[in-house]
Amino acid sequence: MSAHVPVAARRPAARDERAYARRESLLAIGMLAPAVLFIVLLVGVPFGLAIYYSLHDVTTGGTEVRWVGLRHFGELLRDRVFLRSLGNTVLFTVSTLVTVLVLGTVLAELLMRDFRGKWVVRFLILLPWTAPVALGLIGWLWMLDSVFSPIDWLLREVGLLGSRGAPLGALPNLYWLGDPVLAKVSIVLVNVWRILPLATVIVLAGLNSIPRDVIEQTRVDRAGYFRRLFDITLPMLSPILLVAILFTFVFTFSDMIAIFILTRGGPANMTQTLASHAFFTGILGGNLGRGAAIALFLLPVLAGVSAVLLRLIRRSEVT
Amino acid sequence: MTTSTATLPPAPARGRGVGRVASRTVFYLTVAIFTLFAALPFYVMLITAFKRNPNIFDPVASPFWYSQSPTFDHVRLLFTDTLFVRWLLNSFMVGGLVVLITLLLAVPAAYSLARLAGSWGEVLGIGIFLTYLVPPTLLFLPFAKVISTLGLQNSIWALVIAYPTFTVPFCTWLMMGFFKGIPKDIEEQAMVDGYTRLGAFFRAVLPLAVPGILTIVVFAFTLSTSEFVYALTFVQDSAQKTVSIGVPTELVRGDVFRWGPLLAGALIASVPVAVLYTFFIDHFVAGLTAVAGE
Amino acid sequence: MAKLTVRDLHTHFGSVRAVDGVSIDVRDGEFLVLLGASGSGKTTLMRTIAGLEKATSGEVVIGDRVVNGLPPNDRNIAMVFQSYALYPHKSVYRNIAFPLEAVRTDRAKIRERVEWAANLFGIGHLLDRKPRMLSGGERQRVALARALVREPNLFLLDEPLSNLDAKLRHQARHELKKLHGRIGITTIYVTHDQVEAMGLGERVAVMNFGRIEQIGKPSDIYREPANTFVARFMGSPAMNLLLKDGEVIGFHPENFLPVGESFQPGPDAMRLRFLVSGLEDLGADLLLYGQVPGADTSPMGEATEVIAKLPARLAGELEVGREHEFFVRERFVKRFDAATGKRVGAPAAA
Repeated sequence: MSAHVPVAARRPAARDERAYARRESLLAIGMLAPAVLFIVLLVGVPFGLAIYYSLHDVTTGGTEVRWVGLRHFGELLRDRVFLRSLGNTVLFTVSTLVTVLVLGTVLAELLMRDFRGKWVVRFLILLPWTAPVALGLIGWLWMLDSVFSPIDWLLREVGLLGSRGAPLGALPNLYWLGDPVLAKVSIVLVNVWRILPLATVIVLAGLNSIPRDVIEQTRVDRAGYFRRLFDITLPMLSPILLVAILFTFVFTFSDMIAIFILTRGGPANMTQTLASHAFFTGILGGNLGRGAAIALFLLPVLAGVSAVLLRLIRRSEVT
Repeated sequence: MTTSTATLPPAPARGRGVGRVASRTVFYLTVAIFTLFAALPFYVMLITAFKRNPNIFDPVASPFWYSQSPTFDHVRLLFTDTLFVRWLLNSFMVGGLVVLITLLLAVPAAYSLARLAGSWGEVLGIGIFLTYLVPPTLLFLPFAKVISTLGLQNSIWALVIAYPTFTVPFCTWLMMGFFKGIPKDIEEQAMVDGYTRLGAFFRAVLPLAVPGILTIVVFAFTLSTSEFVYALTFVQDSAQKTVSIGVPTELVRGDVFRWGPLLAGALIASVPVAVLYTFFIDHFVAGLTAVAGE
Repeated sequence: MAKLTVRDLHTHFGSVRAVDGVSIDVRDGEFLVLLGASGSGKTTLMRTIAGLEKATSGEVVIGDRVVNGLPPNDRNIAMVFQSYALYPHKSVYRNIAFPLEAVRTDRAKIRERVEWAANLFGIGHLLDRKPRMLSGGERQRVALARALVREPNLFLLDEPLSNLDAKLRHQARHELKKLHGRIGITTIYVTHDQVEAMGLGERVAVMNFGRIEQIGKPSDIYREPANTFVARFMGSPAMNLLLKDGEVIGFHPENFLPVGESFQPGPDAMRLRFLVSGLEDLGADLLLYGQVPGADTSPMGEATEVIAKLPARLAGELEVGREHEFFVRERFVKRFDAATGKRVGAPAAA
């Protein structure tokens, strides 16, 4: 038997191999292209347009587009309402973040245990996130109503409100959505209410991913509850906690739905955030250029914080 | 490393000792407080939706129970006197079409990234996922212009075009995870048995990916029906609205809130979506936390 | 260091009787192996002794303290999990120091003990590394160092060698034995590998369905199995069991020899015809597979072939496909009751 392979038989084999590799690449690109194209077009184009508009004078009604450079940005930085929106955005986001993290970790620890009726409790606890945003908020619109609020009713019933000498005042209602301070509290409250389920489930997933062996080892090694929590659980949980922080931040920072439904930015623009201000200016006010400029302020912070958090997440991976 | 979620430790142990009873009480009390916080608005919605108007608008009556007998009037009004049913249909249609588009775009893309793209796949996958984080409040203004240029303003077709911009990134990422969970052996076996890569994809891989496909169907649907910002921006015509914006905007005449039908509508449209989402939320979270696992 | 007494211990999970009435007396400083297949209850028994599972009834006594109601951290035990359960975010030093930090030992004492434990296992040069940068063998030694760094009464090991390379396992086994010789802590070692059990244990307890089938010195268990389960569990290949004349007889493959020049049966040997159907030359040994005509192999369960193990030099003497005359010396023939499987006529237990 000859070990010599004729030259003619060798060449087609090499050619086949290249053709096969090429076919695979074509397939890879072909399967990927529609999605990528779609995203590039329908996200990229508006994105580019947003930058374009912010540098021009554009209105929804008119067809005229005039270059104004950085005028919008300059005007905004001198505008009181805008500055207040900026401040509110930071205030609401940070308050929501801190509250959600603390409550979410506590709730996740509770949900680690098994108890009767757990699945019902889980469903109810998840409702604020799983129900469509706007519709859940309608419920809060009623809960915080300036005349019929059930919360006020409860406070009146226990004597904290509505009579002379009551700790919260003699008026029959707290103006949850009308009083400047209370309105801000309400927005944060509602944000926390909505995001808490998501944060909790993320932290819960993290807690479940800690190997049971490691937890039992801490018991054998005689570690008490707090040592176990701070020395073992939280450090091992840190990538997940960062994920929870990332998503809580992203969903709160650019949210305008709560403000739209509950306060419309009021009273007197006291609860405006960048996103809601952009909406009211651009859509209801018709000033597309200015609205786009406001919205663009969202970008650097969002991109910057996300990038930092993602980097931290990668670095904190322990296994 | 071994992981186990099989047996959870029980709630603080039963019986003996004041300490045990106390910690058990604290446990159940805390759970109750959280549950109440989450569900109270919905409970109140439920009660009020069936309350007679005089009962609703009575500041003295309890908001948590009935002082007069309940009534179906608001629900009936919702279904007969408003465009509620129309809005539900619109949401359904938009949801369905978005699901279709998402499937057609995301599933092949996910397979390509998971199997064919090699090391590029990871990077591209994360990149695509990150577009999910771009908020609609950033894009909605210029997007509105794009929509009107295409002549789709004021119609649900605007939403059918817009929604995949966030469903596709997220679902591609989720589906990537699912494909990676299917052993490569299966496809390789199919190719050894004579199928091309594409053939192996259809015959061998897709049938195993059905749970994943089901998951992204549910998410594309629930994400679409919950969306608010784009719907509010692109659609003004009452009859074209989805239920997500229809209920909050149309059931208010000037300053007058028709609370009964409003709360009824909000509740009725919320519950099915919530139930569906709850079943699949573990996959949602797995998708999010996978960002940390890379 | 303390002795361990287990009295009629039961650990049930609902209707599953994972530990079903176990009583053992472990001497102070003894090395006891719990040997069994998965599901035999060996791990549950160890976890109950550790306090990670709650006993349904019975007593666990460490030293002279009944520890049933106590959590693991009050029992002064040390445990090494199969996965080693190292704290992934801590350095080797911090991992080993953890049990001492947990009881608020002062810094100087900690350093002293950690360095002692690390040097004992030869990992002193790894103290700054994180677990993910260590090999399997190194991780195991960190886990062992962490276990011994305080002075526990009892040392529990759950299949610590099963994650190691086969080649490393011999070495690690030998080192463990030397370690025990030096430190002398009462040790319970769980494994499914009977070769490991034979090599390591002073005493071995063979477990099945939550019960101890037999407990004794490895050589005793091997040579004088108390029932057919133990007979079939020990040895590779295991003891042959045949149903003959209403009685179950057992003999080890290495005692099943051909009548011929090399081996002479005595007057009291049991002679059997052996139809050889297969042969494996393993280099040092020769394995012959076949049938004994007229004998029922049902006591061996799914195995249907009788095995003989001979020195390789006999390779040329025996033909496959032919019937040969074989014998077993009477003292190597073990008899079992056909109905209960229990050993008949065993010598008094050691």
